[in-house]
Amino acid sequence: MSKLTTSRSELDLDRPNIEDYLPPDSIQQPHTKLRLRDLLDISPTLTEAAGAIVDDSFTRCFKSNPPEPWNWNIYLFPLWCLGVVVRYGILFPGRVLILTIGWIIFLSCYIPVHVLLKGHDKLRKRLERALVELICSFFVASWTGVVKYHGPRPCARPKQVFVANHTSMIDFIVLEQMTAFAVIMQKHPGWVGLLQSTILESVGCIWFNRSEAKDREIVARKLREHVEGTDNNPLLIFPEGTCVNNNYTVMFKKGAFELGATVCPIAIKYNKIFVDAFWNSRKQSFTTHLLQLMTSWAVVCDVWYLEPQNMKPGETAIEFAERVRSIISIRAGLKMVPWDGYLKYSRPSPKHRESKQQSFAESVLRRLEEK
Amino acid sequence: MGNTSSMLTQYDIEEVQEHCNNTFSQQEIVSLYQRFCQLDRNSGGFISADEFLSVPEFAVNPLSQRLFRMVDGLNFKEFVAFLSAFSSRATLQHKVEFIFKVYDFDGNGKVAFSDLLDVLRDLTGQFISEQQRELVLTHVLEEAGYKKDSLLVLSDFMKILGNTDLKMEVEVPVD
Repeated sequence: MSKLTTSRSELDLDRPNIEDYLPPDSIQQPHTKLRLRDLLDISPTLTEAAGAIVDDSFTRCFKSNPPEPWNWNIYLFPLWCLGVVVRYGILFPGRVLILTIGWIIFLSCYIPVHVLLKGHDKLRKRLERALVELICSFFVASWTGVVKYHGPRPCARPKQVFVANHTSMIDFIVLEQMTAFAVIMQKHPGWVGLLQSTILESVGCIWFNRSEAKDREIVARKLREHVEGTDNNPLLIFPEGTCVNNNYTVMFKKGAFELGATVCPIAIKYNKIFVDAFWNSRKQSFTTHLLQLMTSWAVVCDVWYLEPQNMKPGETAIEFAERVRSIISIRAGLKMVPWDGYLKYSRPSPKHRESKQQSFAESVLRRLEEK
Repeated sequence: MGNTSSMLTQYDIEEVQEHCNNTFSQQEIVSLYQRFCQLDRNSGGFISADEFLSVPEFAVNPLSQRLFRMVDGLNFKEFVAFLSAFSSRATLQHKVEFIFKVYDFDGNGKVAFSDLLDVLRDLTGQFISEQQRELVLTHVLEEAGYKKDSLLVLSDFMKILGNTDLKMEVEVPVD
């Protein structure tokens, strides 16, 4: 009578143990005889559900944290108004000017190089790389970006991949001004897409489409090819797969960690006093986000280039990814949460619910046997 | 209390507090309101199924469907009243009533064997066969002095759960 039907869906051994992160289960699992009140008492499960309704770690990852308003009294308000005038009236036009000059210089060098040096690939690549770094520097200057780089600069070596935590698309620009990375990105519409298909092509970018299921294998193959090529720019991957608010990190996707390459972690932390650099793609377009940055005082951030990591013997790709995630999170002072960033777009798999059901079922049957 | 404003007035807070029998403090009500607005992304005045299920911790809970039916379409005042069973100031009676309501799906005040079976099925999934579930339930019911076709009412629940240590509390984060 106490035969437990074997579960048909084996628990995915591929995922890190979520139970390690979530608060300890309030189900006590006592070993006394099963009574009616034990079955009627669903309070632990209800408490977990109510706890999730009141506050949950996943939503916290994507909350924009605007800085506290400080202009609340008669002395500070005029100061703030003056600040607004300076930011919108003086800084913003100045920055737009810098950016325009930058684009003019860039395009006037890039187009000739791209067209005329078609035969001399090596020289063309080197010049294009330098030009992309230049335009990114102009972008960073247009937000008065103060970036402090720590650690050895990345160098182009075969069989290595760079991974970083992701807060906004400007992460890419901040990193690109120092080293011309090749990057893997979601194809965007509008002017960003245009930039992606023209200029970023030259540094060697890989495109993916989140909604395509088969896309994953194609992308995995392209990643492997890029990493193994000797001539390609170093590859930068954001394994979170989505923008997170720079207080937390979500689970890293294992794609970057199973290419058989050395993984070099990069940690990026923005200083919130100056501006909240989190790009909440649900709330604002990238253009709005850039304009918001250009009308703030400055974008201050720290970039740490951390020690390259290799997969330890006997480590799975998922364990490797989690290990690198904890290295980055500790360095940048971010909290780790056990959720997959793509849960922003889809529902969690039934496996988590099934593991709860399984442990309850086992407890019921075991206690039934007790006399 | 309009659903377009994202600010609560003192009157609103007191109205909500009265509605939930003072089980939440005013600060907690303000926090719950922030949470309600955060979940109610399209500002419809209530939280839709999609918005609830976008909280992964809620979506993986075995009783999420049942709870969702109870909380679907509630405005903020009713939402707070719903959560009041989980406050530290709620009485044991209130908590047992809540559990009863989860079981009493059709709201007729009586919990039948099929209702008990439904909840047990939600909690155990495919890991116990339907037959085993029925046997387990019949066994514990008979042991407690009920029959398989007994209809349980709230007072029965109070008797069975009334003297247990019911830990059903959720802390509302207050800034």
